[in-house]
Amino acid sequence: MPESPEVPPPAAGTVHEWLAVRPEGLLCLPGGFYIDPLRAVSSAVITHGHADHARPGNGDIYATAQTLAIMRCRYGDSCAARQLPLAYGERHRFGDVELWLAPAGHILGSAQVVLEYRGERVVISGDYKRQADPTCQPFQPVPCDVFVTEATFGLPVFHHPPIATEVEKLLQSLQLFPQRCHLVGVYALGKCQRLILALRALGYSKAVYLHGALVKLCELYEREGIALGKWVKVSEVGDIDSLAGEIVLAPPSALADRWSRKLPDMLPCMASGWMQIRARARQRRVELPLVISDHCDWPALLQTLEEVNPAQLWVTHGREQALVHRAQQLGYRAQALSLLGYEEEESG
Amino acid sequence: MEHFAALLDKLYFTSGSLAKGDLLKQYLRRTPDPDRGWAVAAIAGTLSFDLFKRHTVKQLIGERMDPLLFELSYDYVGETSETVAHLWPVSPGAGRLERLPSLGEVVAQFRQRDRAAVADYLVQLLDAMNASQRWALLKLGMRGLRIGISARLLKRILAEYGSVDVSEIEALWHGLEPPYTDLLNWLDGRGDKPDIGDRVTFQPVMLSCPLEPEHHHDIDADNWQAEWKYDGIRVQLVGKAGGKALYSRSGDDISHSFPDIVQAVDFSAVLDGELLVVRNGRIGSFNELQQRLNKKKPAKRLLAENPAGLMIYDALSLDGEDITALSLLERRRRLAQWLDAKAPPGILLSPILPFADFAELRRLHRRADQGGGNYIEGLMLKHKHSPYLPGRIKGHWYKWKREPMLVDAVMMYAQRGHGKRSSYYSDYTFGLWQDGQLLPIGKAYSGFTDAELKALDKWVRGHIVARFGPVREVEKELVLEVAFDSAHTSSRHKSGIALRFPRIHRIRWDKPAAEADELATLKKKSNLAG
Repeated sequence: MPESPEVPPPAAGTVHEWLAVRPEGLLCLPGGFYIDPLRAVSSAVITHGHADHARPGNGDIYATAQTLAIMRCRYGDSCAARQLPLAYGERHRFGDVELWLAPAGHILGSAQVVLEYRGERVVISGDYKRQADPTCQPFQPVPCDVFVTEATFGLPVFHHPPIATEVEKLLQSLQLFPQRCHLVGVYALGKCQRLILALRALGYSKAVYLHGALVKLCELYEREGIALGKWVKVSEVGDIDSLAGEIVLAPPSALADRWSRKLPDMLPCMASGWMQIRARARQRRVELPLVISDHCDWPALLQTLEEVNPAQLWVTHGREQALVHRAQQLGYRAQALSLLGYEEEESG
Repeated sequence: MEHFAALLDKLYFTSGSLAKGDLLKQYLRRTPDPDRGWAVAAIAGTLSFDLFKRHTVKQLIGERMDPLLFELSYDYVGETSETVAHLWPVSPGAGRLERLPSLGEVVAQFRQRDRAAVADYLVQLLDAMNASQRWALLKLGMRGLRIGISARLLKRILAEYGSVDVSEIEALWHGLEPPYTDLLNWLDGRGDKPDIGDRVTFQPVMLSCPLEPEHHHDIDADNWQAEWKYDGIRVQLVGKAGGKALYSRSGDDISHSFPDIVQAVDFSAVLDGELLVVRNGRIGSFNELQQRLNKKKPAKRLLAENPAGLMIYDALSLDGEDITALSLLERRRRLAQWLDAKAPPGILLSPILPFADFAELRRLHRRADQGGGNYIEGLMLKHKHSPYLPGRIKGHWYKWKREPMLVDAVMMYAQRGHGKRSSYYSDYTFGLWQDGQLLPIGKAYSGFTDAELKALDKWVRGHIVARFGPVREVEKELVLEVAFDSAHTSSRHKSGIALRFPRIHRIRWDKPAAEADELATLKKKSNLAG
């Protein structure tokens, strides 16, 4: 079957017979669609709802129903001309290309994009993690020929402890400083809700107080069937001094902002994979760093590589050089794809 | 060791000197000798080991780790101790220690053992520790904890701990040695004040603040004294009955590098001045002085070719009498008399520059701008009635540096920074034209705002033409206006030139690279041979 006329011919940015890196992002040539495009395009597959991967203004978008719900919540109903939900494992054809989504374990609705064309399978993982997370389905390793991975924490210094250890630190600090308001910086989508569930799992049943910017997404998670327990908007607390000894969640940008000044004897905390590096924590004036990440740490990246066992590894964003080097040592063909525009930081 | 590691961790993450002080005082109250004294030494940077050093640690990790992965990790983390703390692979079959040894025990072991046994002990401890304990342990061998407690703050905290005046601690400090048991017992009220008698010690020096335009109207000829600001090394020369020594301004004993100065000391005094190369009464350039620095045993020829001298501008004591409480006017009068009588070889007195008003000072400053014979970098203005005070106290001494020199250079290479800048291309190598080719003349990583850094980073990413390890060669298109204090000849660079303190002054997005400066122009401007 001849290729459709819209398909651009292979060009300088072609890294593979049927995939190319364009200024807009990664393009599937025979399918004519982009994966997580950085600029508006006519046809796109979206791995997950974080703003650097899911942008508004595209024509057709294919994603899980949850990702589409997140995009509508952030950008409104007109976030794309046509929204086409795909369930995990449901196959969709673009000419000769078959596409399906597999769970990525990153946040609610996050997916890996599996492309099959002429007997070759390419998996674009998007962002993913291997730690347990009750807010989303666990990562599913899909054996493939080409595995496209992120490397946000792609250095051997990164080891993310179990989330319970880190949340336990927060609870201990609350005991030690019962008069201090513990303000935790969290990413609004994913980290916030996962942290609340981890607190609940350790028996913390008190209300959790939320910055206004976190409310819409928490409501969305609850509509998706993820119960977060009792939470209260900080703006609806009558006596702000009553937040002494309570947990307040806010986007990281609010930590050192005027907003946080009103809180009683505020103790700045932050939940992020970067908190493992002291200078990063201190740079943000964080006094209680919590190493909680929705990405893979170094051992998990290598474990995944082993399980997926691809003929080729492509590393998109993050600390790509180290992962490419290690993969080559392990006998994989590996290269860095210079896809700029995805955030290196999971900051808000 | 657990308590010490926990203390460092808390000090690191706690902001605010009051809170840090409380943490440290609590630790001093609860911790026995000698552990607490070793902790004080570690924080003060006065603890060091002959066989446990940065090199020891690098060697151990080098044997256990892929070099490129270590290098990339280090570039990201920005600090060796923390990088190793996270990367350390626990030895196969490592026996767990029941509990970690005390800090005092650790220090004693590192001092007693021979080289191989020190390495074994380090491995045993690292295997048994978690990442933050490893960080604390490694910091002991590396010095410079960087936990936000300066030497000055530490002394203040100790003074508060013992309810004594901080000047008493300052005066004693350099005469005492770790683990400071006598000092701590005195502060606890359980012993007498330590007696340091005639020991040769360093006294913290008086520092100046930059002169800002708003200070100009305060400066008048009645109350202020002007001198040249010399382009050398600030030093303190100490002669006492107990010995003699030359100290850098941070208190490092550099006597061994300058035997020509120290040998001539046959007096009792503490003098404050600038170390320079002085040849037959003529002052040499900083470039010449530089060849004398960091030489443990300078060769005879070097001593003869670049003899060191001192430009003295103040005294802390003369003939055994402490004169720090006297006014500058009086100290200076006594110093001049004293030098006249002794006439020690190689020691000059910094001349006072007469001026009637600020306009005349401006003219002097302009003279410093015009080169000032290669050894003057501006003016010093000192209040005539100021006592000699350790540290940088506002309103007494001002430095008025000459205007920086500027050159339009072309960016050639970029590299990622360290630590919080490790995701940005923030270190730039730039060059000047010679015969249609660019020759690198230096590297700068400061002078720009955060917004400019972002723009530069973006530009670099879009203009990479080649990669050499961590270095990115960029298209030769962007002109950087580079400011620097002075230019010197250097055999290290192909261009034959090295800049002092280069920083990015402006980004010339508008200027075509072909219009950047020629190397010859810079050499001419700096009076360097072409």
